[in-house]
Amino acid sequence: MGYFNKAIETMSRAELETLQSERLKNLVAYVYERVPFYREKMNAMRVKPSDIHTIADIVKLPFTEKTDLRDNYPFGLFAVPEREVVRVHASSGTTGKLTVVGYTKADLDVWSEVMARSLTCAGVTADSTVHVSYGYGLFTGGLGAHDGASKIGARVVPASSGNTARQLMLLKDFKATTLCCTPSYAAYLGDALYENGYDIRDFSLKSGLFGAEPWTEEMRAEIEKKLRIKAYDVYGLSEIMGPGVSVECEAQNGMHVWEDHFFPEILDDDLQPAPYGEQGELVFTTLTKQALPLLRYRTKDICSLHVDPCPCGRTHVRMGKIMGRKDDMLIIRGVNVFPSQIETVLLQMGNVSPHYQLVVGRENNTDTLEVRVELAQGMFSDEVKHIEALRSDMESRLHSALGLSARVKLVEPNTIPRSEGKAVRVVDNRKL
Amino acid sequence: MVKQMAVFMENRKGRIGELTKVLKKNNIDLVTLSIADTKDFGILRCITRDNARAEQALRAAGFTVTTTELIGVEVADEPGRLAEVTELLEENDVNIEYLYSFARQSVGTGIILFKVDNEALALKALKDKGVKILEEAII
Repeated sequence: MGYFNKAIETMSRAELETLQSERLKNLVAYVYERVPFYREKMNAMRVKPSDIHTIADIVKLPFTEKTDLRDNYPFGLFAVPEREVVRVHASSGTTGKLTVVGYTKADLDVWSEVMARSLTCAGVTADSTVHVSYGYGLFTGGLGAHDGASKIGARVVPASSGNTARQLMLLKDFKATTLCCTPSYAAYLGDALYENGYDIRDFSLKSGLFGAEPWTEEMRAEIEKKLRIKAYDVYGLSEIMGPGVSVECEAQNGMHVWEDHFFPEILDDDLQPAPYGEQGELVFTTLTKQALPLLRYRTKDICSLHVDPCPCGRTHVRMGKIMGRKDDMLIIRGVNVFPSQIETVLLQMGNVSPHYQLVVGRENNTDTLEVRVELAQGMFSDEVKHIEALRSDMESRLHSALGLSARVKLVEPNTIPRSEGKAVRVVDNRKL
Repeated sequence: MVKQMAVFMENRKGRIGELTKVLKKNNIDLVTLSIADTKDFGILRCITRDNARAEQALRAAGFTVTTTELIGVEVADEPGRLAEVTELLEENDVNIEYLYSFARQSVGTGIILFKVDNEALALKALKDKGVKILEEAII
């Protein structure tokens, strides 16, 4: 399979490091001048832009966390005047506030470039038809995949999410060759196809680029079998860019991080750099971003980096599958969920017990979320309809706060297990 | 008006047994017991001979309990008496939230207990019609 940008994707490690060093120097000078948050952090650490000479000096720089974006909601960390921001996206934050990100025109060019490289890894060319079933909206999935496919010159079917029967009809009739969606939705489509009376042999699908949630090799095998495609993993997060930060090539042996734009580090538990091959927290520095440049952003995702040569010829490091999280964030049907968001909703309801538990499962390849809430004395009524009304009120409040539907189950007081006096908040029955 | 306790019951094995054990341990006599059930939970409604003590004991045992007042009437244990009561409520545009009844065979009467959306109106209609309305003690 070809490359989208061969010169960059296959450049030698030495050349790549020179490029990264040059870009890091520019980035640090840029944020020091334009973002008070970073200037203050660097001053406190007694680091000046002139202390940064090569990419190895990155360890001198301060970290950025998701809470920093929240504390500076909505645009406080932006490095450009608002009129230069041509796109805004947002994802859920740990509390009611969203994590907001912005892009200049040049940022969107970079994003579509890295997404074009990623789709090319999955075999997309100007002759392809790319069906995008990621949601279009504040979520970066839909528009990210869309712009990347457009850059290649492929036909894009911007189906967005939902309405499975229509998705199947479009996939077949418009002869989609590549599908972009979450892996669980791909697996779901694989089942729905037969249930809706279709035969996969009447479809034209060749590949799929799936991301926004962790998935297993078993799921990959199932999707590849049911949809008769080759399934590729794509990784991204809106804080860094969106989908297309890294992607699998045909070797399907780790995701190449587009290192000319996103510099990855793996940190051990003491936040010290870990060597290649070891697991730790994944941290990214955006080397070229204009609107929202981030230094050493802690993703809280745990994985490892591998630099040994890849048969595909690409020299950019590969990251292994995400093995877990450093915080309690869950990814459910591609949506980031923090247990604290649920607590916020319950506390807003007033007379509700704050004792709750999230039970995450997977039925028919779709994530399920059940929220168990202890029924407090004050919420109880002798009439079924009042309790049912309370339950559906909780469900609709959770739906609007989380952006995904959850089933509420009311349980008796003191039935949610407590460990060391603290409730066990999450039971994840998905075997990932 | 008759006092009734309602207890929240998650659909779990053995919960009714636990409740009856608490009552037994405290030597409390049950007069009625019924359960309204949904897919996930049930509401157990009961009347005992000592509701105040029963409520205290059940709460102490970790149950979610609330006490509500129902209209209780005593009618002759013969065909058509319940129909007279429900027709009367219907004529007065009173809706029944829930209702249960039992027969007192030894004295030949039936007890009907119910909760309505308009208590005052229901009581007035029953009184005007001369139906025997029960006070706190139902037997």
